[in-house]
Amino acid sequence: MSIDLLLIGLAGVLAAAAPIVFATIGETLTERSGVINLSVNGTILLSAMASFGVAVATGSLLLGFLTGMFIGAVVALVVAGFSFSLKQSQVAVGFVLTLMCRDLAYFLGNPFIGLSGPRLPALAVPFLKDIPVLGPLFFRQDLLTYLSFVLIIGAWAWIFRTRPGLSLISVGERPAAAYVRGLQVNRMRYLYTIVGGALVGLAGPAFSLSVKAGWKGTISGLDGYGWIALAITIFGGWNPIRAAFGAYLFVFLQWLGLVLQPNLPGVPSQVLQVAPFPLMILALSLVNIGNTEWVERTLAGLPDEVRRSIGRVLRSLRASPPASLGTPFESE
Amino acid sequence: MRLPAGSSGAALRLVAVFLALLFTTGVLLLAGAPPLEAYRQIVTGSLGSVKKITDVLVTWVPLVLATSGLLVTFAAGLWNIGIEGQITLGAIFATGTLRLTLDSSLPPVVAIGAAILAGIAGGAVWALLAGLLKVYGGVNEIFGGLGLNFVAVALNVWLIFGPWGRPGVASMSGTEPLPDFLSLPSLAGLRLSPWAVLLAVGGFALVFLLLQGTYFGLRLRAVGKNARAAFLLGVPTVRYMLLAFVLCGALGGAAGAVQVTAVYHRLIPSISSGYGYLGLMVAMLVNYQPLWMPAVAFFFAALNIGSIQLPIVLKLDSSLAGVLQGALVLFVLAVEGVRQRLRRSPVKTAE
Repeated sequence: MSIDLLLIGLAGVLAAAAPIVFATIGETLTERSGVINLSVNGTILLSAMASFGVAVATGSLLLGFLTGMFIGAVVALVVAGFSFSLKQSQVAVGFVLTLMCRDLAYFLGNPFIGLSGPRLPALAVPFLKDIPVLGPLFFRQDLLTYLSFVLIIGAWAWIFRTRPGLSLISVGERPAAAYVRGLQVNRMRYLYTIVGGALVGLAGPAFSLSVKAGWKGTISGLDGYGWIALAITIFGGWNPIRAAFGAYLFVFLQWLGLVLQPNLPGVPSQVLQVAPFPLMILALSLVNIGNTEWVERTLAGLPDEVRRSIGRVLRSLRASPPASLGTPFESE
Repeated sequence: MRLPAGSSGAALRLVAVFLALLFTTGVLLLAGAPPLEAYRQIVTGSLGSVKKITDVLVTWVPLVLATSGLLVTFAAGLWNIGIEGQITLGAIFATGTLRLTLDSSLPPVVAIGAAILAGIAGGAVWALLAGLLKVYGGVNEIFGGLGLNFVAVALNVWLIFGPWGRPGVASMSGTEPLPDFLSLPSLAGLRLSPWAVLLAVGGFALVFLLLQGTYFGLRLRAVGKNARAAFLLGVPTVRYMLLAFVLCGALGGAAGAVQVTAVYHRLIPSISSGYGYLGLMVAMLVNYQPLWMPAVAFFFAALNIGSIQLPIVLKLDSSLAGVLQGALVLFVLAVEGVRQRLRRSPVKTAE
């Protein structure tokens, strides 16, 4: 394969990962505040369908993207309301919403199937696009892909380098302590659930108006990405940069499957398409295994040298969830 | 405001059903469809004739089997989202066993029995994997289960297109249909097999007795309520959790085996038909208690079968069933939340 083709392929990976980056970082922000929004998969499908419909009807890409974000925010608001105000299980509500939004997307999207709609054009950055290697990789993308780059850095800086980010971490780790220090825990959780939901909602039009333009009902090929985004959130250890790396790795593996397909005649393409998913679980167990008791016990029995080096490897992979993740907070 | 004591249960559920219907009617109007006609099609499409009712039961059988299993994992406080993969593995193991018996001279009864047992084993193994990932890998069962679902789909598709593919014409339509004598016998002229119904009733009865009438069920619920406390009281929590996974997977695997031996008579890509996820919703709707589960499962199965009429008659997508099912669970949760809030508030003002 020539270098040019390789660069085009990798640039395509960066673009194709943009929707997953949006969803993953949105979910990372939500979970950092201690809330699990399990509705991601359905939200992406519903916002993909609705924003495509709106963009077709109005001819406006901007309205399409806003529709997607609005739907994501509303679904997240339902999860938050059920969880904080009605004290119902976050996981249950999120799961029901993920199924219901998917079915809503298929039901209401019926008239839009196969229509041709607008598609976000590529927008090369002047001068920067001519830099060798970096130009074709990073600076001949569309606006969304640039936005995804900015979001990765921005979300990381927000969480780890600002005061509000510090408050966010404290709400997720020690809500009671944060409350005593004067933070409105539930109000912040509402806020981050809705903001995170809006970002997840942006993933929908990022698919239907750009990466996989159009709406094809059940064969749109979008079902499943939301679950992957949830897995990558964990893989990313609730850190936007590591999460983005997970998203790129996932899309890269899918692309690799497509490229290698002609060389592997015995393997049907459907299998290569899902091959990255099992790799994800493997990654998940590597991320988590350092936290389990039996590993610690086994390690304790090993000679010092070995224990230290294994411990170092496990620690570098390990990620602990925000301590209050999934646990509702009551001030009284 | 204080609610009268008797008004809590049934009346509030009716409110939830009404709200869910209202929501679904709104969705129908949004799609420009005639709501009453759509509901009429669903009712006549599911309960309009004896044949239709038996079609509902064909769907009811795997749904009850899967939901029975889920009641066990829910009792242990586990969210076994991997049930879809467990159903798929059950179907794969059953198909594999039937293919092995094709060239043998085993009597069909033995072959079918072996296939169902293999399906049960396949589902149990897949569930045990999710359990081991949780207990020894620190992987939350929701994400381990989801990952295993994808692996099960990949395995299934690989078998259908690869080693078990129809020679020359391997396609999404599935493997070569199995000969008639390797199917669970069905009622004359109908798709329903009484043996499958018997299996579902048996599976449900087993879970009902286990949860309501045994010491095991009691301790399992203790693990679900507070695993730490149960452990301190001497319940081997890890073993109970793994056992709950295995039981649930076995029942899911039985559902998959039924899909092969009684419904499709071959392996198809979407062999689980989403009954695992649907079962999770049924379990939520009955508040994780067994008593009303078969009735609610019948209702959900009827919605699934009835909505098949929608694309045929009204050019609507059949996913309306899922919208109504989701709305039902959501509004039941909402009404329950509001009730708890109202019940709490008078106490608060008194203090």
